[in-house]
Amino acid sequence: MSTLFANGTRTSPSLLDIRDLRVWFDTPRGLVRAVDGVDLSVRPGRTLGVVGESGSGKSVLARAVMNILAPNALTFPDSRISVDGQDLRTISKDQARHLWGSQVSMVFQDPMTSLTPVLTIGRQLTEVLRHHLGMDRAAARRRAEDLLRQVGIPEPAKRLRQYPHNLSGGMRQRVTIALAVSCDPRLLIADEPTTALDVTVQQQILELLDQLRAENGMGMILITHDLGVVAGHADEIAVMYGGRIVERAPTRVLFGAMRHPYTRALVRSIPRIAEPSHTRLHAIPGRPPVIIDPPPGCRFAPRCPNARPRCLSEDPALRRTGDDDTHSHACFFPVGTPEGEAAFAANLRDGRTAAGLTVTEGSRL
Amino acid sequence: MYRMNATALAVLRRLAKLVLVLFLVSVAAFLLLELIPGDPLDTLLPEGATAETRAQLEELYGLNDPMVARYLHWLGGALQGDLGRSFQTQLPVTQAILERVPVTVELAALSTLLALVVAVPFGVYAGYRPGGVLDRVVTFLVSLTLSVPNFLMGILLIFVCAVTLGLFPVSGWVPWEEGAGEHLRSVALPVLTLASAEIVVFVRLLRNDMVATLQQDFALAARARGLPTAWVLFGHALRPSSFSLVTVLGVSLARLIGGTVIVENLFALPGVGTLVINAISSRDYLMVQGIVLLVATVYVVLNTAVDLSYPLLDPRVRKS
Repeated sequence: MSTLFANGTRTSPSLLDIRDLRVWFDTPRGLVRAVDGVDLSVRPGRTLGVVGESGSGKSVLARAVMNILAPNALTFPDSRISVDGQDLRTISKDQARHLWGSQVSMVFQDPMTSLTPVLTIGRQLTEVLRHHLGMDRAAARRRAEDLLRQVGIPEPAKRLRQYPHNLSGGMRQRVTIALAVSCDPRLLIADEPTTALDVTVQQQILELLDQLRAENGMGMILITHDLGVVAGHADEIAVMYGGRIVERAPTRVLFGAMRHPYTRALVRSIPRIAEPSHTRLHAIPGRPPVIIDPPPGCRFAPRCPNARPRCLSEDPALRRTGDDDTHSHACFFPVGTPEGEAAFAANLRDGRTAAGLTVTEGSRL
Repeated sequence: MYRMNATALAVLRRLAKLVLVLFLVSVAAFLLLELIPGDPLDTLLPEGATAETRAQLEELYGLNDPMVARYLHWLGGALQGDLGRSFQTQLPVTQAILERVPVTVELAALSTLLALVVAVPFGVYAGYRPGGVLDRVVTFLVSLTLSVPNFLMGILLIFVCAVTLGLFPVSGWVPWEEGAGEHLRSVALPVLTLASAEIVVFVRLLRNDMVATLQQDFALAARARGLPTAWVLFGHALRPSSFSLVTVLGVSLARLIGGTVIVENLFALPGVGTLVINAISSRDYLMVQGIVLLVATVYVVLNTAVDLSYPLLDPRVRKS
């Protein structure tokens, strides 16, 4: 796993390739830079975990790939999204008709709201099969039953006649997964697929997604705010902040050495069972930014305990770390490096960071 | 064991309510005219009539009985379809109304139908791209039409379509029996006039509800499944967006059946609207009472029909 990108495999054909994706939103408050220069790729049969707080741009990223952005979204002309080497800007209408929903599909966060309430499960499944695969009514019906069985829904024939509100949240998410994999997609985007579900159901859904990915050899993007979720289910992880990727590495490499202060802070904010009850949670100070006309500098600087004057004047680019070819981050003073240690020590001496955030021994990442 | 399914029970409960409301309506219709000052006989009696003649007429119409007795008498008749005789023409009120109802119902039904046929596609597509070209054109036309009163719209249509272009007759009613083509030509302008007012209301409602529906996850998810836009709009989003439309549809249809007074007068059509105007101006109390009862009944029945249609629009309503 750790050699994922080593020795020229980087040039192997990737399923999804995103280059310099910029999606801004035209709002009354100004241009909001939801996604601001993202590069990433997903290979067949692999899972990329995209992690970040709400507002980090991860859902907009998913919607840009799915071509379902809101009308006020501006995608930059130089942004390139290609699937199987085909640039989505230049594909023909005929190709486009059976790309989304068929080759590339998506599972939404909340199964309570992502199924159409006025149509039966059967109607929603069969219309996708009939549209993309040209099946007739009877064949689509049979295939729909198979699909429900495949995602672990008992009594599929009965379920097909039911409406979404007749099913539990976990069952509904299984239905949306059945919908997403109905045409054997090459790429599946799962946007917080377990966030709205009971904890007991979350693991089942993640395992179902894993199993389907392995069976169909499809690539997957697993979007979540929960590093714990991607830890067990993603081959590679990209951490997003303020519309950019701030750290990217294969899962094991990342958990072995987190370099970006934001990644560290995210992990630290997960409450630990081993800690005594009522231990104060390690919240990240401040709130995720809405990026409108950003000043120069790192976007995490206002919340970062390692922030130095340089962080406020210069924009750190995503670059490879010295020690591992597969690991990149965008930070001048990475955690666990002499530079990072020195920066934190200096801030601790001053009692505050360059951005004015109070620093105590407890803020150490 | 006596069993009944939930839907049937809900319908029965609704019907019981309907009967109660209709009873209250009949009381109101009766009282309305009881409380209005003035003696109906004043208009009925020739000038200089003797007190004797007056007494005879009072006896004939039962005007000396106590109010409750008169109400019960009237209600008893109404239940059997007898609403009394017109003071003015001496003909049965029921007969007069029934002669006029088909004209008005046809106008109401045709204009509502036309309004729906025009409003649904425009409302759906305007809501699909809010702020787009179609939406802006529709919004402009809507505010333009909204600010034109009905009678002016009628006059404009007469001027353009009948006088200038000569496509339709200026006014008048040609019954079906005298030829379907001629009949339809005679109703075209009144229907257009009525529909124009309905269309703008329907388009606005549907457009706004579509905008809201299309922002919901399920509409986004349907688009993400790569379904053709028309399937998403009409198959997934239209029904959840049509609650306000159906509610207003019921009310406006009832209003139209209650008499499209101005338009019927403008086009000289023999409908309920012209009847009610005549009845009021000649103080034909029993006639007015009869029409009020009819209009109220239509309102209540159509509203009940609207309520009962919600479960068809949204299966989630069926549960409760």
